[in-house]
Amino acid sequence: MLLRHTTDKEIDRKALTINPAKTCQPIGAMYAALGIHGCLPHSHGSQGCCSYHRSTLTRHFKEPVVAATSSFSEGSSVFGGSANLVQAIETMFTVYKPEVIAVHTTCLSETIGDDLTQIISKANEDGLIPEGKFVIYCNTPSYVGTHITGYSNQVAAMVKFFSTSTPKKRNVVNLVAGWMEPSDMREIKRLAQVMEARTIMFPDMTGVLDTPLNGKYHMYPDGGTTIPELRATGDSKFTIGLGQYCTEDACIKLENKCKVKFEVTDIPIGLKATDRFLMSLSRHANLPIPDSITEERGRLIDLIADNAKYLYGKRVALWGDPDTLIPLTEFLVSLDMRPVYIVTGTPGKVFDERMAEILKDIPEAKFMSGERADMFRLHQWIKQEGVDLLIGNTYGKYIARDEDTPFIRFGFPIADRAGHNYFPKTGYVGASNLAIQILNAFMDHQDRTCPEEKVEFQM
Amino acid sequence: MTKDTEKDINLAEFKEEVLAAYPKKVAKKRAKGIVYNDPDEIPQIQANVRTIPGIITQRGCTYAGCKGVVLGPTRDIVNITHGPIGCGFYSWLTRRNQTRPDEQAPENFIPYAFSTDMQDSNIVFGGEEKLKQAIREAYELFHPKAIAIFSTCPVGLIGDDVHRVARHMTEELEGKVNIFGFSCEGYRGVSQSAGHHIANNGLYKNLIGNDDSVDGKYKFRINVLGEYNIGGDAFAIETLMDKCGIELVATMSGNSTKKQFETAHTADLSLVMCHRSINYVAEMLETSFGIPWMKANFIGAEATAKTLRKVGKYFGDQELIDRIEKVIAEEMISVKEAQEKALEKTNGKLAMLFVGGSRAHHYQELFNELGMKTISAGYEFGHRDDYEGRRVIPTIQIDADSRNIEQITVYEDSTRYKPRKTEEELKALESEGLEFNGYEGMMAEMKKGTLVIDDLSHYEMEKLIEMYHPDIFCAGIKEKFCVQKMGIPLKQLHNYDYGGPYAAFEGAINFYKDIEQIACCSIWKEMKAPWESEDIVEAEYAY
Repeated sequence: MLLRHTTDKEIDRKALTINPAKTCQPIGAMYAALGIHGCLPHSHGSQGCCSYHRSTLTRHFKEPVVAATSSFSEGSSVFGGSANLVQAIETMFTVYKPEVIAVHTTCLSETIGDDLTQIISKANEDGLIPEGKFVIYCNTPSYVGTHITGYSNQVAAMVKFFSTSTPKKRNVVNLVAGWMEPSDMREIKRLAQVMEARTIMFPDMTGVLDTPLNGKYHMYPDGGTTIPELRATGDSKFTIGLGQYCTEDACIKLENKCKVKFEVTDIPIGLKATDRFLMSLSRHANLPIPDSITEERGRLIDLIADNAKYLYGKRVALWGDPDTLIPLTEFLVSLDMRPVYIVTGTPGKVFDERMAEILKDIPEAKFMSGERADMFRLHQWIKQEGVDLLIGNTYGKYIARDEDTPFIRFGFPIADRAGHNYFPKTGYVGASNLAIQILNAFMDHQDRTCPEEKVEFQM
Repeated sequence: MTKDTEKDINLAEFKEEVLAAYPKKVAKKRAKGIVYNDPDEIPQIQANVRTIPGIITQRGCTYAGCKGVVLGPTRDIVNITHGPIGCGFYSWLTRRNQTRPDEQAPENFIPYAFSTDMQDSNIVFGGEEKLKQAIREAYELFHPKAIAIFSTCPVGLIGDDVHRVARHMTEELEGKVNIFGFSCEGYRGVSQSAGHHIANNGLYKNLIGNDDSVDGKYKFRINVLGEYNIGGDAFAIETLMDKCGIELVATMSGNSTKKQFETAHTADLSLVMCHRSINYVAEMLETSFGIPWMKANFIGAEATAKTLRKVGKYFGDQELIDRIEKVIAEEMISVKEAQEKALEKTNGKLAMLFVGGSRAHHYQELFNELGMKTISAGYEFGHRDDYEGRRVIPTIQIDADSRNIEQITVYEDSTRYKPRKTEEELKALESEGLEFNGYEGMMAEMKKGTLVIDDLSHYEMEKLIEMYHPDIFCAGIKEKFCVQKMGIPLKQLHNYDYGGPYAAFEGAINFYKDIEQIACCSIWKEMKAPWESEDIVEAEYAY
C-alpha cells in the first residue's frame, strides 16, 4: 500500500494539514502573469519559491515557464528586499527585455513588509524602467488564501494597472478567464468566434503554454493578452467573469474603474455551465447562438443518452479548485452520477453554498473547503465507504492504486499524463471529452476486472 | 582554447559575447563564474556566492536542500513543514526518492505531505502553538518513531523556535518519539547547499550514534553517503554490495530508515557519492568515530569498478578482492554489449551538463563511456572545492552568507572513537593509490579549454545552445522545454526523465540505452514542415 497509514478513523484535526488540496498564492500569480503577452513574472522572495513554482508549472504543462526572483539573502530578510528588487528590475530589462514585469510577493517579503509601490517607483525614478515598458505588481502573501487567491490577485492587478476608459466605447465583451488550461481557453475563444462575438480574453495562456516545437525558442511566445488589449478592456461594453473565485475581484475592479458592467458565471465545464455561458455571451454581445453550436450541444446529449446506463448512480470523489469543482460537480449530477465526497483547500462560502444547492438530492454527499479540507480527509471518507471514480490532480493516483478505483486526472497539477493542455474540458466539445474519459475509465475497469465469461464484446 | 575539428567549436568566444549583454556590475560578477579549464593548472572559479537578483537561476533554496534533498528520502520519519502551505506542497513526491518498506521498517511516510499550513493569524501571533498541536495530531494518527520539523521563510522572521517546540513536545510525549527541528528557512544561504549543511548538522546532533547495535550478514561494513535513490540508484547499489559481500550499514539517505542514521557510526568506511551535500557528515563520522571516508562514484561502469576495487583494497581481504573482481568481470559482459550497441549512435557527440553539486561531474564518466565529449559543465549549487578540489578549502573566503549557517564542532567520542586504520595503515594504503578524506573536483577531469560555468543563468544557457548546438544538454525540469524548443534534446539529471536507475553496472546499461534513444529519436528531424524546407523551389505557373 502506498498510503499505508491512512485509516477510516478521523480525528478532529485543528492544526495539521495532510496531503493538501491547495498550494500557495504566488504560483497562481505566476501562472496568471504568463497570460500577458511579453510578460516576465517576478517572484519577490527567496529563490526557492520561484524555483518551486516554475518546476510545478513546467511539470504540468511540459512547456517553458520562465520567471525571475529577487534571490533574498538573510541580509535582505533583515533589511528589506528593496535593493534586490531594484537590481532585479535592471537585470531583467537589460538581459531579458520583457514588455512587462509582473512582480508578486511571497510570505517572506510580506512578513518583512516590503512596500512594492515605493520600490517600483524608486526603480522608475532611477531610470531603470525603459520607456514604454511596465512593472506591475500584486500582493500574494502565502499565508492568506491559496493559489486561487494569487491568481485572482494577479488578474485584478491587470485591471488596476492597464484597463483604461476612453470616451470611445467598443462593442466588445471582456472574458476574464479563471484558472483553466490553455486548451480550455482556446475552446471558449472558438465558441465566441463561431458566434462572431468580439471579445478580449484576459489572461490568455493560449499560444504561451501550448507552443509548437519548430527549433526556435521564444522567451515571449506569440500568445497572451497584449497591453493594448488589456488597456482596451476599459472600453468594452460588458465583462463576463469565468469562475467566481478567480475573476470576480477583477470584474468588480473593472466596473469601479471603467464603469464596465459585469456578470460572473461558471467556467463552462459540462452541459449546463456551457449553456449558461453561451446565453450570457449571446445576451451581452447581442448575437444569436448559431445552429452549429446547437448541433455541438446535440452531439453531447446524444453521447450521454447512448451511454447513460454506465453512469447512473456512480459514486465519485473529487478534489481541486472551487471554480472548476462547482461546474464539474453539476455536470456529474446532470449525468445521474453521485458526487459524494468533494474537498478544496481554497476557503470561501460560495463553494459551500453552491455545493449544497447542486447536491441537494444527494443526501450522503460530504463536502468541505478551506484549512484541512485535504486529500487525507477525502481518503478517510473513501475508506469509510468507497467510490466508483476519482477525479482530481495527479496526487490522486496513490489513492486510486491503493483502492483500485478508476481515476481521471483533472485540475492542477497533472504531472504524469499528457493531453490536458491539448484537449479542452470546456464547452460541449470539452464536456464530450470529459464524458468519454469517464466512460472509458469505467469500461476499462470492467474489462480488466470482470470474470472472463462476463467480458463483453459490445458495450 | 578548444578547436573541435568535427564541429568547429570555438568556445573562446563565449565568455566575451555573453558578458556583453549584462549590466556592467552584473557582468563583472558573472565573469568570475565563467572560466576556461586547465586540468594542469586549475583556475579559480567563483562559486557558492549569491545569485544576482533578476538573473533567472536554476537554484532553489535552503529548505529545498534540507527537507527535499537530504531528509526527504527517509521513509519512517514524519517530516512536518512549518509554514504556509506552499513549501510542503512543492516538495511532496517531486524528487523521485524511491523506497521499499520492509519488515524492519514497514512505515512509509514519503507519499504524505505534512504541513502546519500557517495562516495570517499565525504570522501575527506566532505559530508555535499550532506546530505543537500539529505534532500531537501527527503522533495520535501515526505513532511514528521520529518527527522532524522544517522551518520555512516566515518562521525565522516571526521568531518561532522550532527547536524549543521539539524539546517541549518530546517531553510532553514522554520521549516516545524523537522530535527534532531544522532552521532551514529558504533565505538562509545562497542555494540548496546551505540546506544540505543544516541537514547534516541535524542528522549528527539528533540521530547519528543513537544505536550501537551491529547486525547484518557481512563483515565488511560501509556507509554510502550522498546517494538519494533517485530512480532506484540506491537499490542498484544495494544489489551490487550484496553481490560483493559488503554490508551496507547506512545509505544517506536513499531508501533509508531512521535506524540507518542511528547505526552509521558502526561502519568501517564511508563512501561519499555527492560530496557537496554530505561531506559534513563524512567528516563528522571520521572525527567522532574514526571512520575514514573516500570519494566514490557509482555513475559509470568503469567508475563503479574503480570504486569497488578501492573498497577491496581498503579492507585488504583477498577473498573480498577476488569476489569483487568476479562481480566486475561478470557485470562487464552485459555492460560492454550495451555500450557497443549505443556507441554506434553516440560516439563523437557533444554534451553539456549543468546540474547539481556532483552530477555534472559524475555523469561525464557515462558520457565518456559513450564516446561523447563534455565541452561545458557547471554546478547549480557547488562550492569551489567541488570544482577545484578540496585542497582549496583553506583558501575559500567565508562570506556573510556562509557565516549564517551553523558550524558545529565535533570531538572524538569518549567511548566509541576507534580509528579503523592506524596512521601507518592509511599511509600504506595511500601509497597504493587510495585517497582518504579528499576530492579532486570536477575540473581535474575536464579537458583543457572546456568551459566551466557556475550557477548558469537562463541567458547563458540560451547562448550556449545558440552558439554551439550540443547534441545533448543535461539540466533539470525548468530548463528542459526551453532547450527542447530550440531543437536540442535535454536529459534531466535530477530526475532522469522518470527513468533509471543510472548507478552501478545495471544503471550504466540503462543510461546507454536512454542516451542511444535520445541520439536516434526521429522526431527532431521533423521540426520543419516539408513546405518550409529550402529544397522546395518556389515556382510559378506560367500561363
